[in-house]
Amino acid sequence: MIREALAGTRIGVTGATGFLGTAVVERLMRSVPGCEVLVIVRPGRRGAQERARRDILNNDCFDRLRDERGAEFDQVVGSRLIAVAGDVGVDGLGLDDAGRELLAGCRAVIHAAATVSFDAPLDAAAEVNLMGPARVARTLAEAAAASGRPVPHLVAVSTAYVAGTRRGEVAETLLPETTFATEVDWREEVRAARRARHDSDAVSREPARLARFTKQARRELGAAGTPLLAERAERIRQGWVQERLVEAGRARAQGLGWPDSYAYTKALGERALLDERGDVPLTIVRPSIVESALSEPYPGWIRGFRMAEPVIIGYGRGLLREFPGIPEGIVDVIPVDLVAAALLAAVAKGPDPAGPVVYHVASGAKNPLRYRQLVDLVRAYFTEHPVYDADGQPIVVPQWSFPGRGRVQGQLQRARRTLGAAERVLSALPVRGRQAALSARLEEQRNQADRALGYVQLYGAYTETEALFRVDRLLELWSQMDRSDRYDFWFDPGAIDWTTYIQAVHLPAIVIQARVRSSGGRREGPSRAERGRRAVLSPQRQLAAFDLENTLIASNVVESYAWLATRRMGDGERLRFTLRTLREAPALLALDRKDRGDFLRHFYRRYQDAPAGQLREDAWELFSWLMLTKAFPAGIRRVREHRAAGHRTVLVTGALDFVIEPLRPLFDDVVCASLGEAHGRLTGELVHPPPTGEARAMLLGAYADGEGISLDQSVAYADSASDLPLLEAVGHPVAVNPEVKLAAIARRRGWHVEHWSRAPGGPRPLLPLAPRVRSSA
Amino acid sequence: MSPRPGFVLETDRATPPTLFWHGEGWRLERLPPGSRIVYPPEPMEAVADPDEAVRQALAHPLGDSEPLADLLRPGMRLTIAFDDVSLPLPPMRPPDVRQRVIEAVLELAAAAGVDDVVLMAALSLHRRMTEAELRHALGHRVYEAFAPHGLLLQHDAEDPDGLVHLGCTDAGEDVEINKRAATSDLIVYVNINLVAMDGGHKSVATGLASYRSLRHHHNVRTLQHSRSLMDEHRSELHTSNWRMGRHIAASGIKVFQIETTLNTDTFPSQFAFLQRREWEWSGRDRATYLATSASLARTPARLARSIFHSIRSPHALTSVQAGEVEAVHARTLEHVHRQHVVPVEGQTDILTMGLPYICPYNVNSIMNPVLVMCLGLGYFFNLYRGKPLVRAGGVVIMSHPTPWEFHPVHHPSYIDFFDQVLAETTDPLEIEAKFEESFATDPWYVHLYRTSYAYHGVHPFYMWYWGAHALQHLGAVIVVGGDVAAVRRMGFKPASTLRDALEMAADVVGPDPSVTHIHAPPLLLADVE
Repeated sequence: MIREALAGTRIGVTGATGFLGTAVVERLMRSVPGCEVLVIVRPGRRGAQERARRDILNNDCFDRLRDERGAEFDQVVGSRLIAVAGDVGVDGLGLDDAGRELLAGCRAVIHAAATVSFDAPLDAAAEVNLMGPARVARTLAEAAAASGRPVPHLVAVSTAYVAGTRRGEVAETLLPETTFATEVDWREEVRAARRARHDSDAVSREPARLARFTKQARRELGAAGTPLLAERAERIRQGWVQERLVEAGRARAQGLGWPDSYAYTKALGERALLDERGDVPLTIVRPSIVESALSEPYPGWIRGFRMAEPVIIGYGRGLLREFPGIPEGIVDVIPVDLVAAALLAAVAKGPDPAGPVVYHVASGAKNPLRYRQLVDLVRAYFTEHPVYDADGQPIVVPQWSFPGRGRVQGQLQRARRTLGAAERVLSALPVRGRQAALSARLEEQRNQADRALGYVQLYGAYTETEALFRVDRLLELWSQMDRSDRYDFWFDPGAIDWTTYIQAVHLPAIVIQARVRSSGGRREGPSRAERGRRAVLSPQRQLAAFDLENTLIASNVVESYAWLATRRMGDGERLRFTLRTLREAPALLALDRKDRGDFLRHFYRRYQDAPAGQLREDAWELFSWLMLTKAFPAGIRRVREHRAAGHRTVLVTGALDFVIEPLRPLFDDVVCASLGEAHGRLTGELVHPPPTGEARAMLLGAYADGEGISLDQSVAYADSASDLPLLEAVGHPVAVNPEVKLAAIARRRGWHVEHWSRAPGGPRPLLPLAPRVRSSA
Repeated sequence: MSPRPGFVLETDRATPPTLFWHGEGWRLERLPPGSRIVYPPEPMEAVADPDEAVRQALAHPLGDSEPLADLLRPGMRLTIAFDDVSLPLPPMRPPDVRQRVIEAVLELAAAAGVDDVVLMAALSLHRRMTEAELRHALGHRVYEAFAPHGLLLQHDAEDPDGLVHLGCTDAGEDVEINKRAATSDLIVYVNINLVAMDGGHKSVATGLASYRSLRHHHNVRTLQHSRSLMDEHRSELHTSNWRMGRHIAASGIKVFQIETTLNTDTFPSQFAFLQRREWEWSGRDRATYLATSASLARTPARLARSIFHSIRSPHALTSVQAGEVEAVHARTLEHVHRQHVVPVEGQTDILTMGLPYICPYNVNSIMNPVLVMCLGLGYFFNLYRGKPLVRAGGVVIMSHPTPWEFHPVHHPSYIDFFDQVLAETTDPLEIEAKFEESFATDPWYVHLYRTSYAYHGVHPFYMWYWGAHALQHLGAVIVVGGDVAAVRRMGFKPASTLRDALEMAADVVGPDPSVTHIHAPPLLLADVE
């Protein structure tokens, strides 16, 4: 019946790149051979057709059809799938005349586009979820009027949770007809949402707040240079506005009795649709929690990381030890293929002449899955098929005790606060390398706690819900299906065997989806570190730039100075010098943290009037006694490996030319600082601006340009966040013994990290002073 | 009372535990009854007036040579080469014997009106000596008379303008040595002949040579055929050096050789127990042993190392001879043998040795694992004449902590050798064929050798080759108390106790093996029949 009813027609689909939309398009292509499918997609840079190919047809949802049709696939699909550029977030859907014409020729349009994220910013959710359906209806009416054809049937996908956090049975009726209708003016809500964006943006631009963002950027990146700090501060500002809007959405939704802004905007969207639809024939389909496919196109097909998955995977990985919920409560899950089938059945049946109808596609009323049962199934599954940690050890899943939401939130918040405090303490300490990696681990744990807390806040309502979604009308529709429909378009929720579905279909699918380790033992093939090393040493690379201090050598300009200054001093003088330097150390450190360039300028003044010739001579001893003594042999070797691989090697450092002179043979080129000289004495003033911060990136860029080298094919090694511009300038950044800030950044961005140490057992002078030499006097 | 000769003790149940050196420390180990312990002879008596002995030697040269004074004349070019920091071990209490000899030579040179005098440390491919080390070897007076004027040089085997190729020996070996020395009217070479391997033609032909020249005898084949390195008549290394030395002489380069021998009074009196036989330890010896062992156990490794490296040996001069190289060296060997030789009857299945904190290449530095191998299998294994102490297919058990540690300034190429070469293979021939060239010609190692204080890039290879004969000869090498990873990297077996090691060794050599312990230092030379 469905196949015949839809053959030779055109069906429009919005949200076709989403989870449900993809399933609908695939089912139409595979099970309704005669129909044409019109998808309205945001075109992106590549255009609608290409977007449809990449984001719809290339999805593994189509694997089955591809296998069945073989070589014909492209031709079959190409002739039946029409993609037009459009956007449900703007009035008129952003369609051109041709698009409107195509739309008017549809028998029905399935509106599946939505912002499904439960924590979308209020204004975005309002534009898409609230305004979207009404816009689609209006556009259909206008297009039909313009072309003189009958108005297509609109099948709008909503959610069962538009009923809000209510107890008891929820019937398949339009919202205004229900007893628990919240009387709010959706137009006013849209205006308020838009205003909220505006207001938050204005607040975020207040000087005091901007200063806070800048301060936070500095805290995260350190002395990374103005452009990077500015960029980061702006991102923080945008994030802050976003967060406020998310918060605004959640508060408004919960204030009005919905669990989150998704349900709230969807509910108001239904109202707006009813108000605005004019004479567009309408059917509303409200699925509950849509999860992986039961059998079509194949068991376990899922797209994207959806609502329950992060929670379940979080549990499997031992991150989420508790999740609130009522043991006997119903978790209303419905496989995606059942929803797609029900939608097509509704399309085939056509609009009810009596007016809009509502279908629930939910399992709770006919075949309930209790929370306790779900938890037991998940636990049993992960006990039998554990997830493995990075060391190849199985993770033991915790026993859930069904605590209240408040208790879990309290626990998580406390954990988060403790971790946050530990992280702040650690980041204030001058640690680097492996200690800094510890801080990165703390950060990850805090992020996990954050995420877990987010899940609890977001999804808690769904495991505590006591609403029961009736499916009488859906079952009535089911009863009208003939044999072949029931074979091809199954949507009776009573047929789901939860044990099989959860343990054999859903969990295996999301474990693969989440890419967690599902087998133990050592990993085959090279380790991550080894792969990173191979990538930077690949023959395709062209250049390797190295920072000096703490990247190749555990020393700095202050030590070099102290060594050179004390080389020809007597004992008393040395002591006074040491004391003086120690006294100045905190101020110097502070200046260095603030701005590397200023620090160097300030510090190098000490060389004023120093005898240049003698320093040049002494620098060769400094080379052995300080630089090589404190060098990282693995780092020196890496420079040479790059050279052996045919890469150009460049040293980029704020150290002085005569100090690094003995290191020159290691590199093809050196970019360093140099001091002016007059009458054989140093002036203490820099000849050029020192290569620090963003100047390094610029110097490297100019160098690469001059040499015809691609920065994308270049590698840079550095140790601190102040080197970020240098690291970001190249295609292959490597963080060496990173201090806390850089460790965190490297971890987030997946940069290769090296832990190089000084030669084990080598000399460890307490103070960087030159050895006492018997004077020739 | 004249010093007692060395001897071989057969242990029984009443034998007290035996002292094993163990890096910066020692252990007392009980050897199975019936084991043999080879004790060195006691230190020979020193010459009564060393300065006078030196003057006499210079005035009464051996072989076909005029007295030094007669070889010196105004306007001549004189180069005085001297052994570097690798000798003697441990460094001796000042005044160093080099200082005595050089002062005497300089006195004669001054008397003869020689102006063009240069002192030259005969580094070969060793690291440059630091100012402090030069001052120690030469004394402040000599140092300050030469160094500030640029007249105290260190041989640079990589100076493209500082070498001269003297052609090839009849065996086709390149002879390339220091140009200043080669173009001098006279080279005076001041040796310290601590062991039988030192001196003779090896002084100039090795000490002042380049890599190009050294590779003809510092290679696996030669060293596998040097049996032993302490027995020049059966040592390919020496044969090659002798060919080169004669070639140098034939090229018209005049060498006035001065060789000195030292007694085995190796450790200062506070460590007297180290050179006494255990059953003769006095109460005071036992107390010092206990006290030093206890305090060493509490001392951080780094500090312990610097304490040990500050030991200055009371070594005393037992002879000095000067003149023509071969005649001088023959006399020197007599003195060395008198001090070192211990007759030993027959070979053993298992040879045990306790390795000390120092070898020729880690003075004021770190004894890295490669040097542990070299000291054990290159030096101690080679302390024989006739047959090796241990039979073919036998086992050497060495006791040393063998830490995975390297001196970043002195041994940079060792770090890479250990990390890269040994990780791939420990077979000397394969190492030589596959890696030697690239390390030897690596410009960064060359740079460090020339300008810093680094051993040459090829030096770790030579260390490995030094043990090549032992590796070929032995069934297994076991290291007691070593860093497990470092020991395994070298292809040796780690053991935590001597008892375990002996059990492991029995798996190789069969049950009820014979065990011999070489009780050194002080050094000895086993005459194995």
